[in-house]
Amino acid sequence: MNIWRVVACAVLLLVVSLSLAANWLAPAGYAKQYREAADSAPSRQHWLGTDDIGRDRFARVLYGTRISLLLAPAAAFLSTLMAALIGGMAGYLGGSWARGAMALTDLCLSLPWLFLLITVRALMPLNASPMVSVLATFLILGMLGWTSAARVLCASAGSLRDSDFVRQARALGIRGSRLFWVHVLPNLKPVLYAQFWISIPAFILAEANLGILGLGVAEPMPSWGSLLRELEGLVSVGEEPWKFVPLVLLVVVVTSFQFVLSRQEELAA
Amino acid sequence: MAIMRRTIALSLLPLAVIVIGMSLSGTAAAQGELRFCLRSEPKTFDPLKVEDDASMAIRYLTGGVLVRLNRQTQVLEPELAQSWKVSKDGRQITFKLRSGVSFSDGTPFSAEDVAYTVQQLMDPALHSATGDAFRSGPGNVETKIISPTQITITFPALVAGLDRQFDQVAILSAHSTRKEMAVLGPFMVADYKPGSMVMLSRNPNYWRTDAQGRRLPYLDSIRLDIQPNRDVEMLRFKRGEINLINSLDSEYFDKLAATSPQFVHDAGPSLDSEQMWFNEVSRAPLPQYKKNWFRSATFRHAISEAINREDLSRVVFRGHAQPAVGPVSPANKFWFNSKLQPEAYSPDTALKALQDDGFRLENGTLKDKDGNEVVFSIITNSGNKSRERMATMIQEDLQKIGIHVNVVTLDFPSLIERMTQSFDYEAILLGLTNVGLDPSEQMNVWLSSSENHQWNPSEKAPETAWEAEIDRLMRAQAASADAKKRKESFDRVQEIAVEQAPFIYLVNRNALSAVSASVHGASPVILVPQTYWNVDQLTVK
Repeated sequence: MNIWRVVACAVLLLVVSLSLAANWLAPAGYAKQYREAADSAPSRQHWLGTDDIGRDRFARVLYGTRISLLLAPAAAFLSTLMAALIGGMAGYLGGSWARGAMALTDLCLSLPWLFLLITVRALMPLNASPMVSVLATFLILGMLGWTSAARVLCASAGSLRDSDFVRQARALGIRGSRLFWVHVLPNLKPVLYAQFWISIPAFILAEANLGILGLGVAEPMPSWGSLLRELEGLVSVGEEPWKFVPLVLLVVVVTSFQFVLSRQEELAA
Repeated sequence: MAIMRRTIALSLLPLAVIVIGMSLSGTAAAQGELRFCLRSEPKTFDPLKVEDDASMAIRYLTGGVLVRLNRQTQVLEPELAQSWKVSKDGRQITFKLRSGVSFSDGTPFSAEDVAYTVQQLMDPALHSATGDAFRSGPGNVETKIISPTQITITFPALVAGLDRQFDQVAILSAHSTRKEMAVLGPFMVADYKPGSMVMLSRNPNYWRTDAQGRRLPYLDSIRLDIQPNRDVEMLRFKRGEINLINSLDSEYFDKLAATSPQFVHDAGPSLDSEQMWFNEVSRAPLPQYKKNWFRSATFRHAISEAINREDLSRVVFRGHAQPAVGPVSPANKFWFNSKLQPEAYSPDTALKALQDDGFRLENGTLKDKDGNEVVFSIITNSGNKSRERMATMIQEDLQKIGIHVNVVTLDFPSLIERMTQSFDYEAILLGLTNVGLDPSEQMNVWLSSSENHQWNPSEKAPETAWEAEIDRLMRAQAASADAKKRKESFDRVQEIAVEQAPFIYLVNRNALSAVSASVHGASPVILVPQTYWNVDQLTVK
């Protein structure tokens, strides 16, 4: 394992640990409004200053990191699972099954997903609590994000279908689901892992994009997306550099994921 | 040689006199180009079809009107009409027009053009929003040309504030082949590149002159760049690429004030308000117990009292807003009911009023008499940071009296669909932009039968006694030509609105603008268009 990968793992571990320790590290809850100190610069009381309505930015970064970092992998797991079932099965069965599944995948890929997300978000019950809205946002992301992975898995499963060991298994009389679960799926694991790791930064960014549109996680709960909205209208980096902390964190985490990911891709190859 | 020199000098003298004379009584010397941004594409150049802000700006800059509301004094002043008279029954208006005025293409202006414009405006097939303001009863509008400079217009029923309505009516030429492109205003459309810019050039035939007899406007041209992004607009202003920003957010205002305080102007509370309201529609898909809360004036009042408006003004708008009093902003000097005061922030009083009404506080959670937890959602439009912040602050304010609020941001079409079609919402936080001063322009909000009666639209008959009273008072003020009586009626409407709180008025935003030092003659005001209301007297150096 090269040094960068070790550093990336360490960074991810540190960020996750800090976010999990938010209850102890943060000086206040993420929703507490210090209205007399709204939009203030970093101070001893507020290490990263406060946001527009006086909420401690450091607390919001910690809690927001927790939400984005814990739920993005959950969404990635869901989308990879769906990709495995749809793409893996289609590749394994081949023929019209594969063509049908890939047509469905192409159709889903061609959908304007942003508008779809906005529409789905608009149809959600209004009185959903912030936590439910967080879960729903990532659930929707997970359910819509399986398409690219499904294409890769379909191709991989297709190549496995005609491999020697599968032919041998068939010759021994192994058929149907047993063949899929025992012989095909375990051999898809490296591809599945790679797809899982690829999806995590994609979902973090997707949630951030939704947050920038004001359609992500509901107030007062923070997420990286909602924190990044503070950068709207900021004219120069030097003006209020502490507001860039969520962006820096996002870049660092996504980059770290990429380093870890390259290892997964090597394993998959 | 001396004689020859004298001869040349004498022969040049008439030429010099002509040149000097031209500069004194003719067109003013070139005074530059004014540049600013339109935040959307203009939907039309036809002044009678205007509905959007961008088209409205172009109408203001190019259209000639009979009378103009002075945006600074709020007094109606003569323009193309030298004088006018409204009949006692408020149905008829007679204009005495200026003579010797021509459209930008040279076509002479006369009473015939006014008659043509009014007939076009009132044509039902045109669906003119400007024309709707004159439609007060069934029947046709009659125009009678008394002479080329005098015309009488008779409406089928009384039109409240009849003369003021003509501030929005740009006169069209009855004979020009250039149709709506022949104008009587200070500028005319010279070029239009969709998605990019509208170029206006000076109207050489504009009728107005300054005190020295020089023909206005001073400016040669106005370049209107179509730029929806406010960040880009701000950057361009800072770089000096545009000369003014007509409506600034408080955040941008403070940033600009920090570096260039001489450029920014806070004209005080505007006519615009931010408000929230509860869904009182009887057929709304809400549980009955929630409908009972929302239809209770005590509940609405308690919510209003529990909201800290001072904090909203100070934190969200950085002090560039005032706690709202009621339906009319104090900026509307004549129509504002000065007896009214902003709702005092008092969560304790609010909680007590709710407890007196059967609600009870259990473990920090408010419950109604049937044990239902008081939880509701507030919707606002996504992308509007001020409203999102206000909703989040209200969420915390109401938490103090045990009410749990869910803040939901929706894209605008979804919000409007819930508000006007499905009625599937509990509370909405939005703003109201008031362009006009006259209460008749709010008829569509206050009449219970109106589609824009937001808290309970299109009622077949008023569902409450106070709504019936508001209906009566609004019709009474609209049916009277007596300003004092109208004021009395509308004062009472404002009082009822505050007593019953169908709208919970939050703040009146200040009119904030920015004007670069290169613009001379600008004097920003609260009425639209704040910065260029006296455009014919502006210069850019």
